[in-house]
Amino acid sequence: MSNPFPLEKDGLLEAYRRMKTIREFEERLHVDFGRGDIPGFVHLYAGEEAAGVGIMMHLQDHDRIASTHRGHGHCIAKGVDVKGMMAEIYGKATGSCAGKGGSMHIADLSKGMMGANGILGAGAPLVCGAALAAQKLGHDGVGITFFGDGASNQGTVLESMNLAAIWNLPAIFVVENNGYAESTSVDYAVASDSYVDRATGFGMPGITVDGTDFFAVYEAAGEVVKRAREGGGPTLLECKMIRFFGHFEGDAQTYRAPGENEDNRKNRDCLKIFRAKVTEAGVLNDAELDAIDAEVMTLIEDAVAEAKAAPLPTPADLTTDVYVSY
Amino acid sequence: MARTLSMKDAINEALDQEMTRDPTVIMMGEDIVGGAGAAGEDDAWGGVLGVSKGLYHKHPKQMIDTPLSESAYVGAAIGAATCGLRPVAELMFIDFMGVCLDQIYNQAAKFRYMFGGKAETPVVIRAMCGAGFRAAAQHSQMLTPIFTHIPGLKVVCPSNAYDTKGLLIQAIRDNDPVIFLEHKNLYASECDVPEEPYAIPFGEASIAREGSDVTIVTYGLMVPNSLAAAETLKKEGIDVEVIDLRTLSPIDMDTVIESVENTGRLVCVDEANPRCSIATDISANVAQDAFGALKAPIEMVTAPHSPVPFSPALEDLYIPSPDRIAAAVRKTMGA
Repeated sequence: MSNPFPLEKDGLLEAYRRMKTIREFEERLHVDFGRGDIPGFVHLYAGEEAAGVGIMMHLQDHDRIASTHRGHGHCIAKGVDVKGMMAEIYGKATGSCAGKGGSMHIADLSKGMMGANGILGAGAPLVCGAALAAQKLGHDGVGITFFGDGASNQGTVLESMNLAAIWNLPAIFVVENNGYAESTSVDYAVASDSYVDRATGFGMPGITVDGTDFFAVYEAAGEVVKRAREGGGPTLLECKMIRFFGHFEGDAQTYRAPGENEDNRKNRDCLKIFRAKVTEAGVLNDAELDAIDAEVMTLIEDAVAEAKAAPLPTPADLTTDVYVSY
Repeated sequence: MARTLSMKDAINEALDQEMTRDPTVIMMGEDIVGGAGAAGEDDAWGGVLGVSKGLYHKHPKQMIDTPLSESAYVGAAIGAATCGLRPVAELMFIDFMGVCLDQIYNQAAKFRYMFGGKAETPVVIRAMCGAGFRAAAQHSQMLTPIFTHIPGLKVVCPSNAYDTKGLLIQAIRDNDPVIFLEHKNLYASECDVPEEPYAIPFGEASIAREGSDVTIVTYGLMVPNSLAAAETLKKEGIDVEVIDLRTLSPIDMDTVIESVENTGRLVCVDEANPRCSIATDISANVAQDAFGALKAPIEMVTAPHSPVPFSPALEDLYIPSPDRIAAAVRKTMGA
């Protein structure tokens, strides 16, 4: 049977692996956080995997992304080490950031991951800088900032869209519209009916895609990334998506309609949608996908076990790495 | 070879030499070139006071005019610094820091620590600071304590053209974020400045005037004001040592303590507002570490706890004057 998809079999398996890894990472954090094993708070990306992975499948290490408070999915999709991430979230010395960043600040610049961010909209100017650096240093890297429908109202995002447009930067503005800014509906908080209209206002193309459909995101992102790489300038890409969990863990989600979460899980699960498409087309079979599921479960299990066993930072670490030199 | 140069020209020369040495050094700011997209001349302004005049024609690819959009372009400078460039972002006035403070204190200052020591952010954010220009409350502040308070930032505030050139070159070569504050009332001040590039290390105060009776610790415009006070006091037989901190973070407490141990008297002079200021910081450190050396209570001479007023009659009262500084020194002498 011919392959109707824009990725070969290996690519499809890789995309599924990344999405599944994010899903199981987040599902496990949901459980472990509920048990009180994890300090602080976490914001989970479960349900939104197709957006992050659909975009990141087009990127390389020299492409830079700036993430959000809901950053685990972006990190995994961009290739940050899962065990290092888990150890970081557990506050251990072996974590991606030596236990000093935590869930909201996981970064790996060697992978082009400029950091999750506790400040909404803060990544947009940073990514303009990454895109400017690519332009000045003469490589074809792009910068992608992710922000939610909530942060889409931040001045930093709007200023950065203007800056990217006037400098024709290889910058991409991804609105991850999951319908809620914390507990506040997008219908209440965003004046414009369409993010495409906002993009038009800044003189850049805007595209809206179904963020639960990996292939829709992949196709749109491919076009957008290519345009940026080739000097065609910035784009806004809105992914309409689903947040399976609350704003943060512990959120009772009383703002949702009755049955909303159940309906989302049943009918709008991007992993189920992906599996159905690739198996119905006969390009991948359930056994191949199940094998990835098993490998991912082992990876997450190992990551948690290693994180729990890992050493804590020492008192001497408290004041190191404030400066390069001081 | 040294020749006389103004602070303003010393800044221009440091930027010029560093952009020549290293093509990854770029400069970004509002009207730093001037006339972008307009029908008239290129390099129309060279900065609001002409500090960067002429640099565009020498380094056209490294001089970038920005829209009036501080959060975006200061954040872009910070982001670019993590991606292989060494940007110098100019905010016309320190007062505008509030517009983009998140990018400075939540992003640039914290990357290295939050990311477990794996990030370097070699960005310089230059801004004019200080009162005396009749520029009123939102164009005249001395916000040095705010930035000094924040771990991860380095803070520089020079008092003369020689230090300005060497400290700015160091700031550009430094791998940490640096807040580089230029007192606008010192731009015209001149001294001998070598033509060749040189870097002055951070965290080393200079002794602007040696003396044995009283130590004045200060920085920026208050250095010349303190030196003027010292000249007056010399006629009264009081021998004042003036320490110019030059950098506020890192800060050279060793030189301060050594001087106070020698003189036994301390006057902290700070153009910032008095609460939680550089003056209170120095005073607290000396009280803690050299209390036994003190022969008299520490004196502080600062701006009042008020915004900077417009009327010259009031602004002249706001800025610590040589007379007020001299009075504080006399008080420590029991005079």
